[in-house]
Amino acid sequence: MNSDPKLERIAKGNALALCATGTWTASFAPVLERMVADAEKLAGGPQSIFIDVSEVAKLDTFGAWLIERLRRSLTQGAVEAQIAGLSANYSSLVDEVRRVRANPVVDSSTITITGMLEQIGRAVAGVAGTVAGLVDMLGAVLAAGARTLIHPRSFRLTSTVHHMEQVCWRAVPIVVLITFLIGCIIAQQGIFHFRRFGADLFVVDMLGVLVLREIGVLLVAIMVAGRSGSAYTAELGSMKMREEIDALRTMGFDPIEVLVLPRMLALVLALPILAFLGAMAALYGGGLVAWLYGGVQPEAFLLRLRDAISIDHFIVGIVKAPVMAAVIGIVACVEGLAVQGSAESLGQHTTSSVVKGIFFVIVMDGVFAIFFAAIGM
Amino acid sequence: MAKEVQGEIQNPIIRVRDITVQFGATRVLDGLNLDVKRGEILGFVGPSGAGKSVLTRTIIGLVPKLAGSIEVFGVDLDSSNTSQRRNVERRWGVLFQQGALFSSLTVRQNIQFPMREYLRVSQRLMDEITIAKLTMVGLKPEVADRFPSELSGGMIKRVALARALSLDPDLVFLDEPTSGLDPIGAGDFDELVRTLQRTLGLTVFMVTHDLDSLYTACDRIAVLGNGKIIAAGSIADMQASQHPWLRQYFHGKRARAVMG
Repeated sequence: MNSDPKLERIAKGNALALCATGTWTASFAPVLERMVADAEKLAGGPQSIFIDVSEVAKLDTFGAWLIERLRRSLTQGAVEAQIAGLSANYSSLVDEVRRVRANPVVDSSTITITGMLEQIGRAVAGVAGTVAGLVDMLGAVLAAGARTLIHPRSFRLTSTVHHMEQVCWRAVPIVVLITFLIGCIIAQQGIFHFRRFGADLFVVDMLGVLVLREIGVLLVAIMVAGRSGSAYTAELGSMKMREEIDALRTMGFDPIEVLVLPRMLALVLALPILAFLGAMAALYGGGLVAWLYGGVQPEAFLLRLRDAISIDHFIVGIVKAPVMAAVIGIVACVEGLAVQGSAESLGQHTTSSVVKGIFFVIVMDGVFAIFFAAIGM
Repeated sequence: MAKEVQGEIQNPIIRVRDITVQFGATRVLDGLNLDVKRGEILGFVGPSGAGKSVLTRTIIGLVPKLAGSIEVFGVDLDSSNTSQRRNVERRWGVLFQQGALFSSLTVRQNIQFPMREYLRVSQRLMDEITIAKLTMVGLKPEVADRFPSELSGGMIKRVALARALSLDPDLVFLDEPTSGLDPIGAGDFDELVRTLQRTLGLTVFMVTHDLDSLYTACDRIAVLGNGKIIAAGSIADMQASQHPWLRQYFHGKRARAVMG
């Protein structure tokens, strides 16, 4: 039923007829466009022009528009091109297409140097905005916390427990596994290198100090930022997209109190627990490798560990955990609430939640290191 | 050729036979039969949760069925190969309940997305056709560079319809096109569907809850209940029916209000 479309020129006296035949549909669009472009060159001639469409077998929007485009470009000055032989089936379609305004909207997304400079400028200015946003959220969370202290009944225990389960209980296996493996690796590397100058046993000192002061909490914080920070951002972001947060607000609930506070609290409680479990798993892994690979007996390991570390090391590590949790939580919630309407925006904010979360965790760790060095811990 | 056209008119554009769909232990559709004729607007009604959307999604191929056969444009969708299936998919357009516009693309990119995939057309023609489609669904060309999140609910429906129509399909599925629109907007939309059906020669399969749509837009109505089609026919047939749900639906307070 489909036949190749054609556009024939037939001179009739001082008029020119363009006879369209065949199937004028989307599938033939490339051919049609070329034919129409050819025929458009006839514009400006003295004779009047008819576009005869009585032999067209099938017409759709693409074909109808191309005929309309041809008619428009052939209409110049006093000469008006006309469409003839339109069947009743297609006349409404052609009428519809005739209403279309011709000038297409131009896409204005060209890359220029000034545009790039502008972007850099905006990004730098954006940093200040980010910090302000974080401080803002910190203030809002503290205010909501204070309100909850005054009216303890408004505290959302169920929600907090739910989030504790998500970020703490369910994270235990993976956190313990990874920190265990890191403990093993540190011990193995330590023994391998210390053995050259017969200082095998000092691996216990290194392991204890490293794990309790730095690696344990830092590693767990990074894992939590990737695991729970991203989840918070995605949850809040999709709630924002579907206007659920606006709905809460109109019902007189404070989204910070209902959504952010339970999540923050769960994270602040969870991270110290996970950091402690992680540190224990790392010490256990290190001890195992020291015994099996380095020949350090468990009794000797424990004895040495007791000498090497003090409660200070443990405190230095564990004190950092809630602060890092707060940083991760605030970054995640700020990013979540900044999500705009599109799926792409959700992805962007989730990514930047994790990236910023990890960055701030490491910055905080540096700040703590300076602080503890200053007070001699 | 005339004979061929005749044959095409007589053969239903969608032929559904003995469709059974089950979710877990719940049987949603139970041996359902339905024909949709070429060039008609079929309104598909039924109580909430009866499986109207499920049937639509089954025909489109988004929900797997337990038994039965579906023919669209005379092609059995189960025994067809990939190229036949793609050919069928190219000839239908779907308007989802929530619009389902791609949120990270602009209106223009949304409408041009199927064109880029299926047709080899110059950018100029695509841009012009996009504007033509937007004009057809009653939107201004300026909307083209907005993102879906910047549109109102009614505009989203219209853009989604423009996208469903972007390849000039022969068949469109509309899943509750007027839900969430104000009565005037809904009335406009019904009018729009009618006009488009007339100008483009569409066949329309419309799932709806809207009595106004049934009265003003639809040629024929099919009613779903207990997993089967309990009635099919013109609006007059529906009003004459003695089925309890139909009586309630077409003679209830709201129906009387619509009929005036």
